[in-house]
Amino acid sequence: MAGIVGYGAYIPRYRIQVEEIAKVWGADAQSMKKGLMLREKSVPGPDQDTITIAVEAAKNALRRAGIDAKKIGAVYVGSESHPYAVKPTGTTVAEVIGAVNDCHCADLEFACKAGSEGMFLAYALVKSGEVEYALGIGADTSQGAPGDALEYSTAAGGAAFLMGTKNVVAEVECQYSFMSDTPDFWRREYMHYPRHGGRFTGDMAYFKHVRGGVEGVLKKAGATVKDFRYVVFHQPNGKFPMKMAKELGFTDEQMKTGLLVPTLGNTYSGASPLGLSAILDEAKPGDRILMCSFGSGAGSDAFIFHCTKNLPKVQGKAKKTRDYLDRNPVYVDYGTYVKFRRKIRKNVED
Amino acid sequence: MISPANVRRNTPQRYRMEAGKCASCGKVFFPPRVVCPCGSRKFKAYTLPSEGKVVAWTVIRTAPRGFSDEAPYGMGIVELSDGTRLLCQIADCEPERLKVGLPVTLEFRKVQEAGESGVIAYGYKAVPER
Amino acid sequence: MRDVAIIGIGMTDFGEHWNDSLRDLFVKAALAAIDDAGVDRVDSLVVGSMTPGLFTGQEHLGSLLADYLGQGPIPGTRVESACASGGLALRVGFLEVASGASDVVLVGGVEKMTDVSGAQATYALATAADQDMEVFHGVTFPGLYAMIATAHMHRYGTKREDLARVAVKNHDNGLLNPHAQYRMKITVDQVVNAVKVADPLTVLDCSPITDGAAAAVLCPLEMAKKMRLKKAPVRIAASAHATDTIALHQREDITFLKSTYEAAQKAYKMAGVKVSDIDFAEVHDCFTIAEICVLEALGVVKKGQGGKATRDGLTARDGRFPVNPSGGLKSKGHPVGATGVAQAHEIVTQLRGEAGARQLKGVKRGLAQNMGGSGGSAVVHILEVL
Repeated sequence: MAGIVGYGAYIPRYRIQVEEIAKVWGADAQSMKKGLMLREKSVPGPDQDTITIAVEAAKNALRRAGIDAKKIGAVYVGSESHPYAVKPTGTTVAEVIGAVNDCHCADLEFACKAGSEGMFLAYALVKSGEVEYALGIGADTSQGAPGDALEYSTAAGGAAFLMGTKNVVAEVECQYSFMSDTPDFWRREYMHYPRHGGRFTGDMAYFKHVRGGVEGVLKKAGATVKDFRYVVFHQPNGKFPMKMAKELGFTDEQMKTGLLVPTLGNTYSGASPLGLSAILDEAKPGDRILMCSFGSGAGSDAFIFHCTKNLPKVQGKAKKTRDYLDRNPVYVDYGTYVKFRRKIRKNVED
Repeated sequence: MISPANVRRNTPQRYRMEAGKCASCGKVFFPPRVVCPCGSRKFKAYTLPSEGKVVAWTVIRTAPRGFSDEAPYGMGIVELSDGTRLLCQIADCEPERLKVGLPVTLEFRKVQEAGESGVIAYGYKAVPER
Repeated sequence: MRDVAIIGIGMTDFGEHWNDSLRDLFVKAALAAIDDAGVDRVDSLVVGSMTPGLFTGQEHLGSLLADYLGQGPIPGTRVESACASGGLALRVGFLEVASGASDVVLVGGVEKMTDVSGAQATYALATAADQDMEVFHGVTFPGLYAMIATAHMHRYGTKREDLARVAVKNHDNGLLNPHAQYRMKITVDQVVNAVKVADPLTVLDCSPITDGAAAAVLCPLEMAKKMRLKKAPVRIAASAHATDTIALHQREDITFLKSTYEAAQKAYKMAGVKVSDIDFAEVHDCFTIAEICVLEALGVVKKGQGGKATRDGLTARDGRFPVNPSGGLKSKGHPVGATGVAQAHEIVTQLRGEAGARQLKGVKRGLAQNMGGSGGSAVVHILEVL
């Protein structure tokens, strides 16, 4: 059966707290924190981008998989912050890990679900027998417009999943995707920051599609909410996934491990993938995991994973998600944050 | 210098730490060489390890063109676990932590870019434990 | 090989010369040397300049300067070894005379650094380092020398103040040199607390950006003895050149300037002397730590003892081994390609007894050490009175 043979995460070291952002824009920090259920978010350093994050996550996935990278037949990176508009992220990843030259590659874009779509494509290629191994990565260094509500949550991070059929650590038992054309959140070509439809992005976008994805995969697999030890949803803030969980009947206990957003922020294409990697870091053989991403535009990819006896063998072979998330972060002030994120207009150096 | 050709040529070293080991005397060259000071012209492919320690360091405060946004930044000569030395930035490291002997791991980072519209040159930087 | 003598010297003031182009500077220094020697024609010209192309867009200097000196159609050769270009010009001129290829050779060094911005100047200077393995990563020359300093301080206990003392001493000397760019006293405190450029080095640990030129006229010693010269000729007792990896991290020992050691050993052998026979030296203090390391590489002190020696006053004008009586690169200025020839200019001036207020007493033999990059090349000359 095809599934994950290696997984890896990467989160940059810098953080900014809600208070730092709120004080500049005159917002009420406490009510922001309460409303979003998040305290702080990750910030990429000036030398980090989606490519560097995807590379480090991929290296961790390879450390766990322990296979020769030359056997990888496809690399897909989903992101909404690919460093180039034209020139793929995936080719750099493939080059660094040594998956070149006979390897498929193209970058994916679908707001926050580009990464999970990449995971599906990798899985499906492997399952069909077209390639022996394939990498699906979700990574982002998402930008929020200054002063906008999204600025509190747009964060940086990524997770990589190597799919294969040998020594699988988490089998893909079932996969289902639910998608429509819904303009809840978008960015036009050449515009710097995205725009969104405000409260429209709740019911008509996030909830409709995550519900659709979860109900669809449960039906397809003949499963119920009780079958899952762990559940992870796309997490643009802490509120949405917990509200979704409550409506669908999942418990706090099931949601706890995969909910990273309170101290990570929304890593967009990395969001549910990073939640998944945090779960895989501690899951046991036999555990079932339900993951459902959401990407504006809009769609959800739902997966049911079944952990195998191989999982404990690989967990310790690379840094864990919580190591990156919790260990000695460096807090920056708003000025440093906007400098790192290049939101300051400067003279062009000659 | 970030010409596309220069970036592509340096990829094996900057992305995969590909070096060369003299088949005769065992000396490691990064980047690989064509002739060893011992006289040999035969080399074996060799990949550098990614763990090492700082043997010399500084903090660049007056940065060269293209790096001014990142100043101040740490730089160091890192001696890898196999004895090979290289020079690179020391990233994610508060200046007070810099010292001879600091253990570091090489990570993939952006090193330079040819302006906002130019090619991005990636490579290795040394990162201490968080 | 014939014995070679220096029969004339000349140099411009070192500083920011907005009204002088590169060729203006060179011609000034060269004519001064030609007049000092009392000759009309030279057989050949050798000019050292690190990168006139990047600083002024001008290459093809050998021909340009031979023409502007009115000496065409003599051969004109431009040599380069980064900051050792001047010393190398002296060496190549020496070899031309010693080999018998030419009789009277004008050697010179020039650099015109102030037409470009500070950023462009830094870029031009960085071409002396390894582009792919050093400059690519964002290192600067102060950064490279700062790393030599932190390693040296860690291994040998060299103190921050020892570095500062090099700058203080050289400024004390430069104060008395009418050609020097920065003629002012500074204190250890000022050096340590100045603006940091690359920890631990501050702007006062670093030699400046300078315009200037220096020149000398060489001829066979036997010919000099027969000429009616205004000043006594000075013999070039040794001329030596050695290389090392240009990348600092690829050196055998990053705190040891091996190219200087190798060149010095060859020079001592050629001159038939030991380091204890040398009375004083002009060395390449591009950064304060460099002078400390050069003392060790020349064998003036044991490895690691350069800081202490400076602290103890060994290298002061009244010390046992005066170093950089001219003010060194730090106070005199460092028009890159000119420096090596300017070092010879100072040694000849001292040996002639013409150094005025900064005259060292009774000196008979001086050593010039000129270095490229972070130690990738070194050229050493030993000059002595007849």
